[in-house]
Amino acid sequence: MKRYYPVLLLAAVIIIIQLLTLITGREFLLTQLTMSAYYVLVAAGLCMVMGYAGQISLGQAGFFAIGGYTTAYLTTINFSPMSGKAVFKVLDAAGLLVTKTTLYGDTLVHLNPWISFILSVLIAGFSAYILGVPILRLKGHYLAMATMGFGIIVYRIVLGTRMFGEADGISNVPSFSLIPGIRVSGDISRRTVNYYISWLLVILAVLLLTNLINSRVGRALRSLHGSEEAADAMGVDTARYKVAVFVTGAVMASVAGFFLTHYNGGIGPSEAGVAKSVRYVAIVAVGGMANLWGSIIMGLILNFLSLRGVFGHFDDAVFGIILVLMMMFMPDGFINRSFFNTLKSIIRKIKSNRGDSNA
Amino acid sequence: MPDRAVAPIMKIRNMNKFFGGLHAVDSVSFDVKEGIIKSVIGPNGAGKTTMFNMIAGYHIPESGEVYYRDTLLTGKKPFQIASHGIFRTFQNLKLSTHMSVLENVLLGCHTRGSAGFLSGMLSLRKGREEEKRAVESVIPVLEWLGIADMKDTEVGNLSFGDQRAVELARALASDPSVLLLDEPAAGLNMHETDILSERIRAIKDKGKTILLVEHDMSLVMDISDEIVVLNFGQKIAEGIPEDIQRNNDVIRIYLGGEDA
Amino acid sequence: MGAEQFLQYIFAGITIGSIYAFVAIGYNIIYNTTGIINFAQGEFVMLGGMTAYSLSNYIPLFPSIILAVIITAAIGGLIENIFIRRMKKTSVLGMIVVTIGLSILLREAALYVWDEQIRALPFFTGSEISSVNILGARISPQVIWVLGVTSVIVLSLYIFLKYTLTGRAMRACSENSSAALLCGIKTGNMVNLSFMISAGIGALGGCVLSPLTQTHYAMGTDLAIKGFTVAILGGLGNPLAAVAAGLLLGLIESFSISILPMAYKDVISVVILLIILLVKPSGIFGSIQASALKDF
Repeated sequence: MKRYYPVLLLAAVIIIIQLLTLITGREFLLTQLTMSAYYVLVAAGLCMVMGYAGQISLGQAGFFAIGGYTTAYLTTINFSPMSGKAVFKVLDAAGLLVTKTTLYGDTLVHLNPWISFILSVLIAGFSAYILGVPILRLKGHYLAMATMGFGIIVYRIVLGTRMFGEADGISNVPSFSLIPGIRVSGDISRRTVNYYISWLLVILAVLLLTNLINSRVGRALRSLHGSEEAADAMGVDTARYKVAVFVTGAVMASVAGFFLTHYNGGIGPSEAGVAKSVRYVAIVAVGGMANLWGSIIMGLILNFLSLRGVFGHFDDAVFGIILVLMMMFMPDGFINRSFFNTLKSIIRKIKSNRGDSNA
Repeated sequence: MPDRAVAPIMKIRNMNKFFGGLHAVDSVSFDVKEGIIKSVIGPNGAGKTTMFNMIAGYHIPESGEVYYRDTLLTGKKPFQIASHGIFRTFQNLKLSTHMSVLENVLLGCHTRGSAGFLSGMLSLRKGREEEKRAVESVIPVLEWLGIADMKDTEVGNLSFGDQRAVELARALASDPSVLLLDEPAAGLNMHETDILSERIRAIKDKGKTILLVEHDMSLVMDISDEIVVLNFGQKIAEGIPEDIQRNNDVIRIYLGGEDA
Repeated sequence: MGAEQFLQYIFAGITIGSIYAFVAIGYNIIYNTTGIINFAQGEFVMLGGMTAYSLSNYIPLFPSIILAVIITAAIGGLIENIFIRRMKKTSVLGMIVVTIGLSILLREAALYVWDEQIRALPFFTGSEISSVNILGARISPQVIWVLGVTSVIVLSLYIFLKYTLTGRAMRACSENSSAALLCGIKTGNMVNLSFMISAGIGALGGCVLSPLTQTHYAMGTDLAIKGFTVAILGGLGNPLAAVAAGLLLGLIESFSISILPMAYKDVISVVILLIILLVKPSGIFGSIQASALKDF
C-alpha cells in the first residue's frame, strides 16, 4: 500500500538511529530521543487541528499537563497505610492496585496506571469537547485565545494547588507496566526499550492518522482545509468535524503527557505553560500546517536540539524566531510543496544520470 | 409539459431578507415542480443570489419558508439541507485546489456514506468497501463530463472549463434530487454554454429537478421549463419562457422603459 | 467589609483595571485598522516601563517617560514596517502566529537587556508610603496619576478619532479599507500609525503604573491575555468600551481576593473570557450584526 511507505521509512529510520547510537557508544542520546517522541505526538495531534480544523490551539500544553498530572497525582497516592480499609480492599479485589518495594525496603501500594490512563484521556477529551463546541462555531480565530486561556487556567491550577505540588510539581511517579516485562520507566537499563515504546506510539498514531486522512472522514477534513463552504454544501457537518479533530488532538497530547510523566518519573508546571504551547505551534508551522510528516520531522529535530541544550538560554527565543520567519516567508511550512518538488526533481536527475551512464 | 396538478417538490413562501436597511428579497414566493428546470433571473442586485443562498441555507431569512416536499428547510444549515438531497454548485467554484479531481468529486459522495472516525482510523472493511463503491459510481460521471482521464490531476492545475466540470461532477456525485446551479454559464463561451445546455437537459432527463440562477439569457430561454424574474428583490413575473419574453414588465427592466 | 476596605478594593481594582484598559485600547486600535490581534501588545507596556527606568538613570523622570513612549512607539512602527507590512498574502491566522512570535522575541530581548529583576519607576509624586485621603480610604497619589493619565488618553483618543482628519481616516480604514484607499487615504500609513499609537499608549500605561505594579520582563504575556479579555468584553473594535471593560475586570479581580485564594486571581480573567466567548462574543457593548461582519 503506497500510503504506508513513509511509515515504514520512519520505522527504519528509528531503528537505524538506535543502532547508530549503539555503535558509536552514544546511547545516552536515546533519552532525549525518547522524550522528543512524546513531544512529537503532541505536535502531530496539533497538526490535525491546525491543518484541518484550520485553527490554532495555544493550549496543547494544557492537555498534555492534564494527562501528566492526572496520572502523577493518582499514582503517587500511597495506599499501603490504608491496607485495612474498605477502599483498599475493594480496589485490591478489582485488581487496581500495584504493589512495589522501594530501594529502602518499604512497601508502596499505588493505583494501577491504567486507571489514570483512562481518566487522563477522558478528562482531556471532555475538556476539549466543552471548550471546542462553543468556540469552534465562532467565525475567526477565537480558538487561539480561548485555548491560550485554557492553558493558562491549567497552568495556574497546577502551579497554585498544593495537591499538584505547586511550583515543584509531582515527582516519584512510579513506572508503568505496559505488558509484563515491558515498563515505561526512566531506568537506564530500560532505555532502549523505552525508546522503542515511545516511537512505536508515534508510529501507531501516524498509522491511525494516515488511515483517517485517506478515508471518507479524512476527505471531509481535507475539504475543510481546502474549502469549508464546499464541504458544508456537500453535507459535511463542519462544526462537528472540527470538534472531533480538536478532541483528537487533545487526547493525543494527554496520552503523550501520561507516558512522558511515567518515563520521567514526574512532571512540573512548566509543561503546562504557554511557552510549551507556543513551541508546538512553531513546530507545526515549520513543518507545514497540514503536513503530518513535516510536523513529525520538525518535531523530532527541534525538540531533540532543544533538549540537548543546543539553543542554550535562547530556547524560547529560537521558537519565537522560527514562528515569525516561517509565517513571513514560508507560510506553507518548510517542508512544503516546493520542497517535495525539488526533492522529486533531484531524484529524477539522479535516475536519468544513472540511465545515461548505463547507455 | 403535461399540466398535471402535481405537488411541487419545493415551495418557497414569502421570503424576506434584509441587509441592514436594504430589503434584498421582498416577499418572494414560487413553486418548483418536480423534474423541471426552473431559472431565476433578474438584473444585477435583483436579489437572485441572495434568494438562492437562502434556499441553500447560507442566509437565514427574516421571514418566509422554504419547503422540500413537506419538510421545512428554512433555518437549517447547508449540510443539513444537503442531507435531504439538495446540492449546489458555486459560481466562483469552491474546489480544494490541492486535491485531485477524483478526490474533489468523491466529496460529493459524502452524504451517501456512513464510515466514521473510528472506521477511518482502523481502516475497517465496511469503510473500504464503501469507498470502492463510491469510486465506481463516480467514474461514469467523470467520463460523461470528459474529465475521467485527468482524475488524478490536482484541480489547481486544470483549466477553468475543466474545473467547472469538476464542480458539476461533485454535485452530481451526490445523486441529488434537487440541483441548485449558481450561474453555471458564468465565464463560458458560446460553445461551452451549448455543451452546458445539453448537460443540464441530460441531468433533467435522469429525473432530477434543477433550479438555477443565471444571467445568460440564451441559456435560460433555451433550457428552462419555467422562469422567475426578480427585480429589486421582488418577483416581477413567473411563467414559461415564451410568456416571459413577451412580458412588458420584464422587457422594461432589462431594456429600460420609456421614461418620458 | 468596612467602607474603608471597600474603597481600597475599588481603587485597587481601578488601578489594575487601567493597565488592562491600556492594553485593550492598543488591541482595538490595531485590530480596527488591520483585523489582526497583536499578541505583542503586552510587551509594549513592559518596554515602556523598562525603557523609562533605564533612561531615568540619566535624565529626569518626566523626560524619561516621554522619551520611553516615543521610543516604544517607534519600535511599534518598526515592527509594523519590517514584519507586518510584508505579509499581505498571509491569512489572519498566520498574522496572529507572527505576533505571538514577535511577543516572544521582544520578551527574550528584554530579558537579555534588563535581566529578570523587577524594576519600578519612582513614584511621580511622593513615595511609596505617602498617601492621600479620599473618602476615608488611604490611596497612593500614584493612583491619582493613573486615573488622570487614563482619562486624558481616553479623551484625546476620542477627540482624535472623531474630530481630526487623521483619526477619521483611521476609522475609515477599519470600516472598509478598499473604500478608504479609493478616497486617497494611504492605508499603509494608517496601519503604521495605528501600531505606533498602540505602542505609545501601552508604553505610557506601563510607565504610569510601574511604581504601583512594578515592571518585569515577562509581564507581557499575562497582560496579553487579560487585555484581550477586556477587548472582547468591551466589544472588539471599540477602544472606548475597552476602558470601561478594563475597569470592570480590574474591579472583579480586586474584589475576588476577598473570596478566592490569591493564586486563582489570574484565572478569573480567563474564565470571564471563556464565558463571554460562549455567551456574547460581540462583547457587552458590541452589536451582534457588526461583529458578524468582521473577519475575526
